[in-house]
Amino acid sequence: MRERLAQDVSGLPTWAFESKSTPWWGTLGFMAIEGMGFALAVGMWLYLAAVNPQWPLGPPPATLWPGITLTALLVLSLVPNWWCNRMALRQDLRSVQIGLVVMSIIGLVAVALRGFEIAYLNFRWDVDAYGSIVWLIIGLHTTHIVTDVGDTIVLAVLMFTRHARPRRFSDVTDNVFYWVFVVVTWPPLYLLIYWAPRWMG
Amino acid sequence: MTDAAVATSAGRLRDTALGQQELAARLDRLWGTPRGILGWLTTVDHKVIGRRYIATAFFFLCIGGLSAIAMRLQLAKPESRLIDADLYNQLFTMHGSNMMFLFAVPVMEAFAVYFVPLMVGTRNIAFPRLNAFSYWVYLSGGIFLWTSFFLGEGPDVGWFAYAPLTEQQYSPTHRPDVWAQMITFTEVSALAVSVEIIVTVFKQRAPGMTLDRIPVFVWSMLVTSFLVFFAMPAIMLASTSLILDRLVGTQFFVSGTGGDVLLWQHLFWFFGHPEVYIIFLPGTGMVSMIVAAFARRPIVGYLPVVLSLIATGFLSFGLWVHHMFATGLPQMGASFFTASSMLIAVPSGIQIFCWLATLWDGKPVIRTPLLFVLGFVVIFVIGGMTGVMVASVPLDTQVHDTYFVVAHFHYVLIGGAVFPLIGAVYYWFPKICGRMMDERLGRWNFWLAFVGFNLAFFPMHILGLQGMPRRVYTYQPEMGWGGLNLTATVGALILFASFVLLLWNAVRSTRHGVAAPDNPWDAGTLEWATSSPPPPYNFARIPVVTHREPLWAERDELPVAHGLSVERREVLVSTITEARPEIRQASPEPSIWPLLTAIVVGIFFLGSIFTPWAVVWGTPPIAVALVGWFWPKGSREDET
Repeated sequence: MRERLAQDVSGLPTWAFESKSTPWWGTLGFMAIEGMGFALAVGMWLYLAAVNPQWPLGPPPATLWPGITLTALLVLSLVPNWWCNRMALRQDLRSVQIGLVVMSIIGLVAVALRGFEIAYLNFRWDVDAYGSIVWLIIGLHTTHIVTDVGDTIVLAVLMFTRHARPRRFSDVTDNVFYWVFVVVTWPPLYLLIYWAPRWMG
Repeated sequence: MTDAAVATSAGRLRDTALGQQELAARLDRLWGTPRGILGWLTTVDHKVIGRRYIATAFFFLCIGGLSAIAMRLQLAKPESRLIDADLYNQLFTMHGSNMMFLFAVPVMEAFAVYFVPLMVGTRNIAFPRLNAFSYWVYLSGGIFLWTSFFLGEGPDVGWFAYAPLTEQQYSPTHRPDVWAQMITFTEVSALAVSVEIIVTVFKQRAPGMTLDRIPVFVWSMLVTSFLVFFAMPAIMLASTSLILDRLVGTQFFVSGTGGDVLLWQHLFWFFGHPEVYIIFLPGTGMVSMIVAAFARRPIVGYLPVVLSLIATGFLSFGLWVHHMFATGLPQMGASFFTASSMLIAVPSGIQIFCWLATLWDGKPVIRTPLLFVLGFVVIFVIGGMTGVMVASVPLDTQVHDTYFVVAHFHYVLIGGAVFPLIGAVYYWFPKICGRMMDERLGRWNFWLAFVGFNLAFFPMHILGLQGMPRRVYTYQPEMGWGGLNLTATVGALILFASFVLLLWNAVRSTRHGVAAPDNPWDAGTLEWATSSPPPPYNFARIPVVTHREPLWAERDELPVAHGLSVERREVLVSTITEARPEIRQASPEPSIWPLLTAIVVGIFFLGSIFTPWAVVWGTPPIAVALVGWFWPKGSREDET
């Protein structure tokens, strides 16, 4: 078929931030899928609570301090996370490097605190269905923390190499975006794991 | 100084100044899949991967069909000793699981992987490496399931694997694990493809392809991808919980310790009912494309058709409990799910009336693709009517677990998805292979399929009403079911023959078919604007869309965009609603990492059937593979 030159796109940039780029949409897509996973896990908890005459079943509620500490850390981490985003938008390499290192350290501390949370749950996954669903929910969220921390560390290293080209700033903002998802999905799960059994029991 | 040199001196070499031949040669080098085994393993071309997906899905259709034939031969007469109860249990489980997870969903996604980028006018799918990865994971899942079957470990718990039968106490072998982990493989693959399709449709449409110019098949795949997003996490969560129950002793579905067997059914059907529409909606998209092309006019009621697709998507999440009417539900719940089950017939009905109106107002050319569409309308309407019947609780409790339900869902699924699919094979074969399929064989194919299908499945309605239950490996002569069962078996053999004929037609046409021009059906959408088969880069220059049927609006010459690089792979990324181009984004080059990642992910999945420690030793290789995948290699795509 013959062609007629109708539109010149040569002046367009080769990369962009956030919703202009495809990786941002891909990240959003995986958030939707994983968010649905969280919602369904919460649904499982509520369903099991509804069909059992007593809920929680047997085990005592989890010890509070590790959960409170981690929740506080996650909420506070949004500040350096937001700063990292701002520096990436400004394409300020030195600041982005600092931001990513800080976020990597925060992430590692979060993983350690999650370890304490699990150690202080006070029950095993196989004790009854309550134990199983709590372990499933916390396991699901732990997978997200670990994945994002891994991603942040790799990106931090990358930004210290010759590959730290301008388009990588867009990857940094996507990484920031995903950490926000990891953080905002946590409070409902936190309430379900720590407070709902206390209110119901 | 040549024009090309001028363009280079101003920066990168762009396509603007190049003549057709030089442009094609450069793009061919840039986008072509390298030759040899490494090229084969590393390709990220959506058409190569789409072809693989289609071929693999049809292979699974073939062995899934053979498992059905084996069951039909066993049931052809009472008290047959051809197949014993244990093998029969495995066969019906393998048949259902294979057809749903390895054939029906992947084959629709396969067509989308091949055609959505062409239809929206881009050069590759979004996230091409993820696309390659998804194929390898899908293939691994299929090989895993069938290898297990041939090793005597084929799942035997039904395609919906109800607890408590699947719990360790009642199924101490690895058969349910095989089923559950096959789910993980195929769902990872389906979710990945859905992300790719949504992002391709949202962000990679050709300039000017506003929302109301998107081809209906693309709309159908967009809605389907969203269904996958929100339905498949349910089955992944369910199958993971099941594996945990069996492997580490969690108590999700164990009654004595607070678990609940109906939790399984809720999770399964929250996925399982949208699954029907994940298979059916792409079929309707195919029908809309074929009807418009062969009625020689645009589809009547584009807007109602698209809105029906979206409405069906939403409603499909509100009827899962109608699969559970026999479990004893509160009356209010039963009434709600009866109403919603009947309601979903409305958008499907709207689509059917739009297609009929298109044919009525057009000048229909009856070719094989349209024959399959007409067959679809007849069969699907019958399936839809029995669907309204079983939506009613009193009737459903009578025919639950009988052959009436088997008849109903085969009418819906084969009628609603496989007939449009075969029509689509005839319709798009020339584009994929560059040759026409044989029309005479096509008509034989259709009539064998139509007669065979109805002969095989219509008697099952009567068998069901007579009380013949599903999933029995034999029956006594005094039940009086022998004659109808024999008829169904003869029908199944005729239906199978129709697929053999399809295969023969496809293989023969690949070599000896008449060479296909770019647009053999004189259709209106963009996939027909390029050569048959398309070059690796799809379009030498990206089309600029001015109409819903671009090729009917611009018959003499196609308006195109220019200014893309010919030195690195670039695609146009545009705005969601108006499709206004915003970026010339780099598109990934071939890579071995998706395959390596799929291999280590497969080892992880396989290992976690046997030991929970697989999570510990299986994760580091996956992390290494992912870092290898994403770490920049200094290639042209990473330069800016």
